[in-house]
Amino acid sequence: MLPDRFALAIRLLHWTTAALIIAMLFIGVAMVSTAGPAYSALLALHRPLGIAILLLACIRLAIRFGTRAPPLPGDLPRAQARVARASHILLYLAMIGLPLIGWAMLSAGSYPVRLGAGLVLPPILPPGALAFGLLRELHALAAFALFALILGHLTAALVHGFVRRDGVLATMGFGRNAALEPPVDETGESLEEAEDEAPTGEAETPPPA
Amino acid sequence: MTKTRASLLTAAAISAVPLALIAGFAWAGGWVGAPRLGGSTVVDAIEFNAGRHEGYRRAHAKGVCITGYFTASGKAAPLSRARLFATGRYPVIGRFSTGGGNPFATDGRNVFHALALQLTGPDSQIWRMAMDHVPIFPVATPQAFAALQRASRVDPATGKPDPAAMKAYLAVHPETRAYQDYIAAAPLPDSFANGTYFSINAFRLIDQTGTSRVVRWAFEPEASFGALDKAALARLPQDFLFDDLSERLARGPLRWRMIVTLAAPEDATDDATVPWPAGRRTVEAGTLTLTAAQPEERGACRDITFDPTILPDGVALSDDPLLAARSAAYAASFRRRAVETPGPSAVGKKLTQGGG
Ligand code: HEM
Ligand code: HEM
Ligand code: HEM
Repeated sequence: MLPDRFALAIRLLHWTTAALIIAMLFIGVAMVSTAGPAYSALLALHRPLGIAILLLACIRLAIRFGTRAPPLPGDLPRAQARVARASHILLYLAMIGLPLIGWAMLSAGSYPVRLGAGLVLPPILPPGALAFGLLRELHALAAFALFALILGHLTAALVHGFVRRDGVLATMGFGRNAALEPPVDETGESLEEAEDEAPTGEAETPPPA
Repeated sequence: MTKTRASLLTAAAISAVPLALIAGFAWAGGWVGAPRLGGSTVVDAIEFNAGRHEGYRRAHAKGVCITGYFTASGKAAPLSRARLFATGRYPVIGRFSTGGGNPFATDGRNVFHALALQLTGPDSQIWRMAMDHVPIFPVATPQAFAALQRASRVDPATGKPDPAAMKAYLAVHPETRAYQDYIAAAPLPDSFANGTYFSINAFRLIDQTGTSRVVRWAFEPEASFGALDKAALARLPQDFLFDDLSERLARGPLRWRMIVTLAAPEDATDDATVPWPAGRRTVEAGTLTLTAAQPEERGACRDITFDPTILPDGVALSDDPLLAARSAAYAASFRRRAVETPGPSAVGKKLTQGGG
């Protein structure tokens, strides 16, 4: 049987990387917008956080391949399910691709990829100004595309959680959730039968035969 | 009725989340709110002043690559845990340049003579510096830098900056006057080889125990000083300094002593327009030896940027606001020129034309 939720490690990683990536997008645009002291401070934070995201995303992907994911609701239109799948693949790609582009771009620009005192990553591309220039543009483009994707992703998650109430949001959640488990009263007895709520899909009158 | 009301509320609450994120993002990126000065705005101001020379550095556009080594005396090792200060000999690449955005400007101008270096330590950590032949800078902040670039644009009709714009600038930036007085009076070296090159900005050295000390440094030449006749600058051959450099290097290596100056508690660490008084404690950290020059087309200096905030462990930024400003501006300049086709350098062009 497929699980109700993502593995605990996936859920933990999902929310840590979500927070980190959103923070990184803000840090990225903020640092480029200023020539004040914040520029250097934010850039010094941007590199190690970006590489941390790369590591976490790789670990997460490895766990994802080794565990089973909950199914999407059966009543979800095929096209929507496809979009969901494609957007998740794009999100994974971006989580891994964007930091790699950052690392590659600094390598091509002959910048040291310094993460902290004494910790400098080796270059992953040979020096080349044009490669640096193109990757620099790509880094910005990919970051903006990722931001748009995240907006769509989180709006969809909220729609699942609060409009459709179909349990999709809870697949990434931690607390007990009515959409996943049968509600329980004080005595610990299931109230599911008592509620007798018609499943949405069956509420319509059947078409005449 | 209540049901539609509730779902409208839900829809509103849900849309509020991405909208809030978009608003926050726009604020973080400086697209809304008070206009912000970023690296690219600074470079816009430079281009406004000097014109747009595609493929070249937006400042110090005329230059030549150099190679050599740094011999650390070990005397600065107690001040900084940077491995580069431990006795030894470490490879150096660098670039000599003259100030300004025109890659083919004549050398007969009373502008910065500059030396940029990249030192590579035994632990492979690198240290980049970009230094000028003057101990102070005309401005203390990136805002003033951009304002000065705009005010000092040369009007093609008169061949001079607009006096009204300069007057308005100087009225609010008296600190630039100190620099103007200095550069008008100071002798202009007649060679790259006999200039003293100053960090200008303050940095911090951090020792083994984590104690940090604010310093500035300078590379003092071994070659004896000679000054250009400022009244006769217009008659100087176009590439005088660069030709002189290659002649001198053909005769033998050139040397500079790296002198680190420690700030006294009352010295300004955040203001590059103010010199530190003489008599501060100094340490001779080592000797720079330059052995060869290469045109930018063939050398290793063109496709990197000598961002002075690229420091090894043991050297750190001070509270001088020019440092971050320089890092942001050098990145913006590099970003622009990297996607443009690099043109020939003044030295390289001459070599191909002269059949050399
Ligand atoms: C998930 C990870 C990352 C995200 C979301 C991210 C996001 C961004 C954003 C939004 C910008 C501003 C682009 C612009 O407006 O032009 C930026 C710039 C930059 N990022 Fe990243 N980045 C990530 C990873 C990295 C990594 C791993 C590195 C390097 C190791 C890196 C290095 C840089 C640099 C050097 C800049 C440009 C600074 C400048 O030009 O002044 N980034 N990043
Ligand atoms: C901040 C608001 C966010 C919310 C509310 C949210 C919510 C969710 C939910 C409910 C799922 C499960 C979908 C399903 O069951 O198939 C999910 C999956 C996913 N989320 Fe998010 N997420 C957010 C941010 C992010 C961010 C910033 C990223 C990374 C860029 C991200 C990447 C992913 C990925 C890759 C999946 C697919 C998981 C898989 O199938 O392995 N999420 N998200
Ligand atoms: C806010 C102040 C400053 C700004 C905005 C600024 C801007 C720039 C820019 C945009 C470049 C071209 C970088 C590239 O494309 O690689 C450059 C190069 C250079 N700057 Fe500055 N600069 C500032 C202050 C200084 C100071 C204080 C010094 C000297 C101590 C200095 C010395 C140099 C040198 C030597 C180069 C040439 C580096 C090379 O040969 O690659 N600059 N500057």
